[in-house]
Amino acid sequence: MSDETQAAQLSPLAHQFDDLAQQNEADDLGMWLFLCTELMFFGGLFLAYTIYRTRDEATFAAASRELELLWGTVNTAVLLTSSLTMALAVHAAETRHRQKLIVFLFVTMLLGCAFVSIKFMEYYHKYLHGLMPLLGLPFKWDGTSPGHAEMFFDLYFVMTGVHALHMLIGLGIMLVLLVQATRGRLLGGFSGPVRVTGLYWHFVDLVWVFLFPLLYLIGAR
Amino acid sequence: MTALIETGSMKMPDLGPLSKRNYLNSGYTVRSWLLTTDHKRIALLYLMSITFFFVLGGAAATLVRLDLMTPQADLVQSETFNKLFTAHGVIMVFFFLVPSIPAVLGNFLVPLMVGARDLAFPRLNLLSWYIYMLGGLFTLYALLAGGVDTGWTFYAPYSSTYSNTYVMATAVGIFITGFSSILTGLNFIVTIHKMRAPGLTWFRLPLFIWSIYATSIIMVLGTPVLAITLLLVGLERILGLGIFDPRLGGDPILFQHLFWFYSHPAVYIMILPSMGVISEIIPCYCRKRPFGYAFIGFSSFAIAVFSFLVWGHHLFVSGQSIYAGMVFSMLSYLVAIPSAVKVFNWTASLHKGSISFDTPMLYALGFVGLFTMGGLTGLFVAALAVDVHVHDTYFIVAHFHYIMVGGAVMGYLGGIHFWWPKMTGRLYPEGWARLSAILIFIGFNLTFFPQYILGYLGMPRRYHIYPPEFQVLNVMSSAGASILGVGYFFPLTYLVWSLYYGKRASANPWRATGLEWQTPSPPPTENFAETPIVLDEAYDYKRMDGQLAEGGTA
Repeated sequence: MSDETQAAQLSPLAHQFDDLAQQNEADDLGMWLFLCTELMFFGGLFLAYTIYRTRDEATFAAASRELELLWGTVNTAVLLTSSLTMALAVHAAETRHRQKLIVFLFVTMLLGCAFVSIKFMEYYHKYLHGLMPLLGLPFKWDGTSPGHAEMFFDLYFVMTGVHALHMLIGLGIMLVLLVQATRGRLLGGFSGPVRVTGLYWHFVDLVWVFLFPLLYLIGAR
Repeated sequence: MTALIETGSMKMPDLGPLSKRNYLNSGYTVRSWLLTTDHKRIALLYLMSITFFFVLGGAAATLVRLDLMTPQADLVQSETFNKLFTAHGVIMVFFFLVPSIPAVLGNFLVPLMVGARDLAFPRLNLLSWYIYMLGGLFTLYALLAGGVDTGWTFYAPYSSTYSNTYVMATAVGIFITGFSSILTGLNFIVTIHKMRAPGLTWFRLPLFIWSIYATSIIMVLGTPVLAITLLLVGLERILGLGIFDPRLGGDPILFQHLFWFYSHPAVYIMILPSMGVISEIIPCYCRKRPFGYAFIGFSSFAIAVFSFLVWGHHLFVSGQSIYAGMVFSMLSYLVAIPSAVKVFNWTASLHKGSISFDTPMLYALGFVGLFTMGGLTGLFVAALAVDVHVHDTYFIVAHFHYIMVGGAVMGYLGGIHFWWPKMTGRLYPEGWARLSAILIFIGFNLTFFPQYILGYLGMPRRYHIYPPEFQVLNVMSSAGASILGVGYFFPLTYLVWSLYYGKRASANPWRATGLEWQTPSPPPTENFAETPIVLDEAYDYKRMDGQLAEGGTA
């Protein structure tokens, strides 16, 4: 009995699965399905954006020019790089390179933190310029149809805010992974959690790849 | 090497009336229940929780029906009435109907039916129960603190700006509970894809699995849209965003589109699992394979797909373009096709069967009739012109109660009775159970049929002061509701009674096919002593009865 219990603790295989291949496939399918729900979740926001954009494209373009293209571009580069290091971390975990796994996870987290920090800096700039129509803050808009401009910034804050929230959740999960990796876990057959976290991280990255042109680029420049 | 359990031979190992060790007696502490990852125990946790919410929602309905006995407002104030029907709707939809069959019967049966030891993600399964309870607590808080008066639909901008009731707490509760539904659906899809026993191909799966799979797809794809909608309503209340508020340039119709994009498919989250239960019960009680297995299976998918294309029929009079209305009307008619396929197939299954009218079969037959009635009146309200007349009247109330109560709840109760011996190892008292099934059928029709007439005559829903000429029909409806209440009270009592005094159930008391009947009642924690190997289709009742006649065990 005690041998069996020990074997169960040492084995990466959960009791409900027959073999590791089945477990890995189930984990992957589970995460892909979760990403489908995420897609529908963000889909509601993209729908709202599309509808209000088609109502007044000129104002949306004018409001879009108030965003800082430089920081948006920098953030895009930061996030895409973090996806690369995440993919490298997954590879390191699967090939049992503990040191590399720790380094790549750490770099991914650093880049993620950099993204969120730059995002919050942009929020602060919007606040200073009176472009944050939340909590009854004054909204200063010199151009035409301030109502539509306000709608653009409403959507900007909700869409990037929900995205940033997903980043923070991802960073939290990675922190747990990092702690486990330093204890020598998550290698080889145990690398499933790193792999599905990677999937999640790439998805969050991909959402930004759509947010960036919609908010910063289209029609504006 | 002991004998494998094979459906091919239909021979059963002699398991005795109640095996010594099972999932119920493997631990008695509170901890062993609250920290369990066993899908069967989690199913029972859900069973207790949703029964609690059912009683709560039923109490709100009782007060509503009592108040509607007279044309004046003499039991409650108008504000209280608004809160009562909101509480009834919110609790029954989000905390009873949506989780009912999937979370209780689905949780219990999916691994057993596919021959697995557990769901693919047992801890996630437990987490979804906790998420459900957390959402329930928020909603209970909202109710106790003072209630919500927006109706279960939360139409903006009333919900997002004007209502001074506990909208936030309720919306947070529903938002949280939505994740429970998403995770349950996700768990089922992965389990059905990846955990089927050797030999269990898609076309050997029980039809219950097909319908649970279709339901899970809706849960996974629909629920997040409700989540983002409620999030936007919440942010509108907290941060003063203007997405839905016309004063701030927002569009309240957008709210209705987003809300119904989930909430229409949600109706199929409620009805599809019931259809699955009926597809299990009918073959067993007429001792033959269901007519048109593949048609019943694929019609579940057709319903799931169409369900996402018809939400606009809730917006016929909301200012939606007339051309959009026409398209949505046409698409809504399409749903009738797979629904009718099912009804005709069930009916054809009865043909030349040897039918016995045990309790689950009474519920199943009741389901077929009431669902047909609800479905056909659904065609009335999907017609643009008729909908202008009956929109927001009691006709609508009657229509969706025929689907949700006459359909979903009948299926749920039928399923609970059918699998009760498997879940508890005890038989329910057949006489009392038949009586209550008949009472529920009569009470249900007396409650809701008059509402069709009321609605057609023009009584609007959500009003409690009405012209005196509507009183007779309202009193009929309230009288029916009291019979229905008695009908629901019986199972609550005798099912609990049967836990202590019911006859011990054998492994397969109904002589049913299906893997869940080939393991002891109640099943052991690991479900099957040996992983079953499936060699045959799901419903070979002819062969099973043949073997029983030759003296085999069932």
